[in-house]
Amino acid sequence: MQLSEIQPISNRRSEFWEGVKATFPLVIGAIPFGIIFGALATTSGLTAWAAQGMSLFVFAGSAQFIAAGLIAQGSSLLVIIVTTLIVNLRHVLYAATLAPHTKDLPQRWMLPLGFWLTDESFVVVIKRYLEDDASPYKHWFFLGSAVFMYTNWQLCTLVGIAAGGLIDDPLKWGLDFAMIVTFIGMLVPMVCDRSIGIAVFAAGVSSLLLRNMPNKLGLILSALIGLGVGMLVYQILGGNKKGNDVVSE
Amino acid sequence: MSSQNEFFLILGMMLVTFSTRYPVMLLLSRRPLPETFKQALGYVPPVVLSAIVVPEVFAPDGQVQVALSNNALVASLVAILISWRTKNLLATIIVGMAVYWLWGAFGF
Repeated sequence: MQLSEIQPISNRRSEFWEGVKATFPLVIGAIPFGIIFGALATTSGLTAWAAQGMSLFVFAGSAQFIAAGLIAQGSSLLVIIVTTLIVNLRHVLYAATLAPHTKDLPQRWMLPLGFWLTDESFVVVIKRYLEDDASPYKHWFFLGSAVFMYTNWQLCTLVGIAAGGLIDDPLKWGLDFAMIVTFIGMLVPMVCDRSIGIAVFAAGVSSLLLRNMPNKLGLILSALIGLGVGMLVYQILGGNKKGNDVVSE
Repeated sequence: MSSQNEFFLILGMMLVTFSTRYPVMLLLSRRPLPETFKQALGYVPPVVLSAIVVPEVFAPDGQVQVALSNNALVASLVAILISWRTKNLLATIIVGMAVYWLWGAFGF
């Protein structure tokens, strides 16, 4: 074996582990969320198999959470599936954002990475893609992040299912706040430019005002409002260039 | 829920979720995106996170609660401060959760 063949392999491996490492704090934040899902799903009337199956095949935290709530209320399949679609529409934006970076990947890569796309992996992976170095193995970083999130989600669901009978009211413990505080820790460092700050403010305020819209439609609408406001401010004021790594390509 | 319904529920949820992820990546990989569109996508991560977080913080039970009795709000303000000063995600999560629980247990 020649040295030139060894080098890329170690780069792939190190990218993979860098992806795992970057995702670690987000996994910590997702642990309580996954456990609560497992516990809620079984108490809401799903069998243990279906709860685990949902984590295995759907793999969408907040949509699964909301589905468990709707099942408990006796909602129809159609309502639950449409709600899932709307709650997950934000992934369209994530996928579109990643597309320019993943466009040359073969399908055997794009398919699983597409399936594994989550809020958490998106945030760490897009950050990696936007870093200046020309590493050809950034998709290994994506893989590391995605596999770690997926494995953790399966294990947490399992723990939640097992614990479901023991915890009478999982939400009372406030573990769902772990996801919120994780998202805050992801959000704050992104605000490095006036137009982003104003966009974040606009999205937050409109989401608060629109929170009673059915099927979390207010969320996607507010994201679009924030996006529009940010673009407008950027056009008028111009960006503050320093450290503006989220907006600039 | 019958096992047949569970099967169709999971299948349906799987298909709609997948449709928001992979096909978008695939379609947009075929043609280059216009520059303005790319620039707009840069705002996606912060605005989506903000839209998820803000209602949960200011109205954890559905009603707007701007008060010290709202431990989600108090913990979030502390978390923002920690995140802004340290940029350390793990520290933000741990301190944020600790404040959330302690404020709920001993606070107002």
